[in-house]
Amino acid sequence: MRRVTVAGAARGGVATAALVAFPFVFSTPYLMTIGLFTVMYMALATAWNLLGGFSGYLSLGHAAFFGIGAYAEAITFTHIGIGGGYRPFALLPVIGVGVALASVPIGVVALRVRAATFAIVTISMLFIVQQLAFNLHSLTNGAQGMSMPLPPFGVDTYERPFYFCMVAVFLASLLTCWATATGKLGLMLFAIRDDEDRARGLGVRTTYAKVVAFAVSAGLTAMAGGIWAYYEGFIYPQFAIDPLVTIGAVLMAFLGGRGTIWGPALGALILVPAQQYLAYSSQLYLVAYSAVFLAVMLVMPRGIIPSARDLIAARRSPRRRPGGEPASTPSGVAT
Amino acid sequence: MTALLEARSLRKRFGGIAALEDCSLTVEEGTITALIGPNGSGKTTVFNLVTGYLPADAGTIEFGGQPVRRPEPARLYRMGLSRTFQQARVFTELTLVQNLVAAIQQPRRSLLRAGVGRDDRRRALDVLGRFGLERLADARAGDLSFGQRKLLEFASVLMGRPRVVLLDEPTSGVNPVMIEVMERHIRELHAQGLTFLIVEHDMHVVMRLCDPVIVLDHGAKIMEGPPHVVQRDPAVLDAYLGA
Repeated sequence: MRRVTVAGAARGGVATAALVAFPFVFSTPYLMTIGLFTVMYMALATAWNLLGGFSGYLSLGHAAFFGIGAYAEAITFTHIGIGGGYRPFALLPVIGVGVALASVPIGVVALRVRAATFAIVTISMLFIVQQLAFNLHSLTNGAQGMSMPLPPFGVDTYERPFYFCMVAVFLASLLTCWATATGKLGLMLFAIRDDEDRARGLGVRTTYAKVVAFAVSAGLTAMAGGIWAYYEGFIYPQFAIDPLVTIGAVLMAFLGGRGTIWGPALGALILVPAQQYLAYSSQLYLVAYSAVFLAVMLVMPRGIIPSARDLIAARRSPRRRPGGEPASTPSGVAT
Repeated sequence: MTALLEARSLRKRFGGIAALEDCSLTVEEGTITALIGPNGSGKTTVFNLVTGYLPADAGTIEFGGQPVRRPEPARLYRMGLSRTFQQARVFTELTLVQNLVAAIQQPRRSLLRAGVGRDDRRRALDVLGRFGLERLADARAGDLSFGQRKLLEFASVLMGRPRVVLLDEPTSGVNPVMIEVMERHIRELHAQGLTFLIVEHDMHVVMRLCDPVIVLDHGAKIMEGPPHVVQRDPAVLDAYLGA
């Protein structure tokens, strides 16, 4: 019984309205840039959550797909000549589907290992892709980077098309997460996260579920990369395929609550503006940034949303006896 | 009776230790077969090899008259062979209903369907009702007691409509009331045609419930027969008492 709850619909509606209204309320380029990167990380963390949060497979190489998406945009512009304006945006669904399909064989191989080994395999994948970007000169122009068409958007509203496009990718990631969490795929992934061997013993198609989640997650990440490339105008391997992009998205997912639908977006919503604000207000911004993050993780190790949910549940039923009280919501489909 | 599950000449070594050596056993359809033996005799290793959790170094396995070339847990479950574990393994973060629904076989194209459909829930509640757990249907499995987890694990394997269930010490660590409940379920399901292979340390349970009884010692079968015969066999007594 897949139900859209009133609270869930309200959350979705308010969030969408706020995201759409943001450029009209805060129109200065500086705030718009922060808004754009915040939404980009909301999309990246939510897409990462599809695999890392739901199945427990911590990919640290998702920036590879971000970079592949960025290079796909640039290569299409340079070698095929799709033109400028809004056309690069129209290419994004093709990039998303293409990268998702291309990631299937990678997923089949990488997802044969678990835990720390999987994380190492995905990091290795990231550096392989980065090296390819450096060395496939005829395709990527190597270390000299690749240029995108100059967007013909007005100076005062330059960020808006990128911003709205990023919002669309974020909402697509969020909807995908919701559909997964409340669907059979989510149930399979949650079972894998809890005890993969047991799941296999109960007939769960573990490889199939993991590869589907991996591919969809990769496709959404690549779409965000495509928008970023067009916005930046010029891309280099070390920035397009940057480990810090993945690490940022993973930290945000952990902060907000990995495995929840809204947690990763919440984490991004807190960390990206905080990072920007701290960077301008103090030279010790990285220390402050780390301190904030450490404090939250020490107080709420499972992330903000699960911790808050547990706190509310504990207040509602302070004497919860084992096996007696139902959980406030099944944790697998936590919002 | 026909052999439903047959293992021939199984061998498994862990480094220099031989867990199983030329071990053969047969589970006839419609029986409750016990697999007993002292600690370290290889009972759980047999389970792990037969259900594909560990690869055998040598030997063959047949299920339902068909050779199982490369045992794989998910495929065997779909074929009708499922198992429980000595330490009950449930999905602790999922509700009881979700635990059971996860064990229902789904076609590949069903990924986008609701996680717990109306029919799924009805079927899960029906099974939970039989095990006296329906009151906890929406509780997290991690909040259950050890005995309740054993029941939930047992209930889970039934969702795949198995032909044979391998129970690894179903009554260990649970109270006498729970032992009685577990026994009753095994009897009822057996009466409905389900075959069991049970590893059990409680000889009272074995004597009451099982026939035949297979005895392992040092990774090999040393005796097989009705419980009252096995109970008096000198080789079995020797293995247990370590004379």
